[in-house]
Amino acid sequence: MLSVTDLQKTYPSGDEALKGVSLDVTGSETVAMIGPSGAGKSTFIRCVNRLTEPTGGSVELDGLEITGLSGKELRNARRDMGMIFQEYNLIERLTVMENVLSGRLGYVSTWDAFRRKFAGDDIERAYEVLERVGLGGHENNRADELSGGQRQRVGIARAILQRPKILLVDEPTSSLDPESSRAVMDLLTEIAAEDDIPVLINIHEVDLAEEYAGRIVGLRDGQKVFEGGPDDLDETARGQIYRGEEIPEGAGPTGKVAEAGTPGESSQEEGQIRRG
Amino acid sequence: MATEQPEQRTWRRPTAFYNHYVKWAVYVVITVFLLWSAWNMRISVARVIEGWGAAIGLIQGMVPPEFTPFKMDLLIEGLIESLAMSVIATIVGVLLSIPVAFMSAENIAPRPVYWVGRGIITVSRSFHELIIAIIAVKAVGIGALAGVIALSYKTVGFFAKLLAEEIEDIDSGQMEATEATGANRVQTMLFGVVPQVMPRIIGLTIYRWDINIRHSTIVGIVGAGGIGATLLNSFDQYDYDFFLTIIIAIIAIVMVGELISTYIRGRIQ
Repeated sequence: MLSVTDLQKTYPSGDEALKGVSLDVTGSETVAMIGPSGAGKSTFIRCVNRLTEPTGGSVELDGLEITGLSGKELRNARRDMGMIFQEYNLIERLTVMENVLSGRLGYVSTWDAFRRKFAGDDIERAYEVLERVGLGGHENNRADELSGGQRQRVGIARAILQRPKILLVDEPTSSLDPESSRAVMDLLTEIAAEDDIPVLINIHEVDLAEEYAGRIVGLRDGQKVFEGGPDDLDETARGQIYRGEEIPEGAGPTGKVAEAGTPGESSQEEGQIRRG
Repeated sequence: MATEQPEQRTWRRPTAFYNHYVKWAVYVVITVFLLWSAWNMRISVARVIEGWGAAIGLIQGMVPPEFTPFKMDLLIEGLIESLAMSVIATIVGVLLSIPVAFMSAENIAPRPVYWVGRGIITVSRSFHELIIAIIAVKAVGIGALAGVIALSYKTVGFFAKLLAEEIEDIDSGQMEATEATGANRVQTMLFGVVPQVMPRIIGLTIYRWDINIRHSTIVGIVGAGGIGATLLNSFDQYDYDFFLTIIIAIIAIVMVGELISTYIRGRIQ
């Protein structure tokens, strides 16, 4: 379970990218984070595995506080977090197999990494994962020979090979056409459900978020302005997320006053039920 | 007609200097400097004609080039030594350069390490290889070892500088993705950086080898081994026929090296 509390990021320039955002991701739920460009979505995800250094707040993964770690401890924590990027970030000149196996780098010695020597189990599993993402037989292709959709599948395979406790997904579909976007989202949610891995995903396309996520979080200006199920994301909520419309005093997580029950909580319960 | 003609507008190309007066002043200064330099050397027409005659005499003394077996042995021995020096100096130089290049890449090296790396490059680039060769000959004695030291030393400045620039241009996303898997620093370099700069490493190595072949023919003049020593000897002994043979051989070797280098670099693009 990922538990983020009051996460803050202020850049040296004084820009406040995150002004205290809290969020829990549990079970095998898929949480989508939406919001306008510059709202802090990417910063949030990158602060979780500390590719970006947060300036305040706490990030806990299965009870382990991530923010204070350094060196070997931080690397070990990162092994438990698979990350998928907008621009795929594959190692273009290496083969698909090397890219997928790079997900195991946290477990091999530097000398073995130099010789590209990975454990037999890892190689076997890499073949399996490649078949699972629909790239069986492509292991010897160079990553730069693949299409966008195929590359993102390699990215997913690399993350899966880490056997992560959570998948951090940063705009996975922004560089893809609608068809490939759906295929990638299908794959992500499918794997998350099968392997029981929670997914935190940043996404531009609101319709994809509504379709695939169990819970949606709206970020605006470094602050959480919405949290609820896809059904709660009505025109008012969209206005509050994307156009900065005012949130009434005493509003619940979905940005509305006095609604029966708090949908934010109910979807969390749902997640726990599924996990049980 | 009382209609007023609108004033015609003019346009002049903006100058890179502050204004057009400065521009002309700079041109005048350059011209004066050129004239002064020519005057300073006192090259007279008579001197040119006289020199021309001597040059023709020298060239006549060179032909035909000499190919006697004894001289050929000397030649081949010198050439092989030069070639061997260039190969060893390239390998040693490149192996030394790669860590220096990583140290000198702004995007991956911490500040103090970066300055050390840049310092090594600057020192290596400051001197001509002949100066290094003279020092090396004094330090380790006459022979090929001194040449190898001089050429390796120069290789570091050249190779590390260009490779560091290449490393600074890499796509940092690939590095981040590797880091995000929990890889350590060296592993991140091995997967996130090295594959991106590998073609450049190969290309630069071949290119530097090509340069080292040429330079290995010259360091012998100060006693640092190779064909250069043979060349200087033949000249000192007024053995101009053999001198020409060596010149032709050097041209041939450099051309072959260039062909090989062009071919390999073409293949890896």
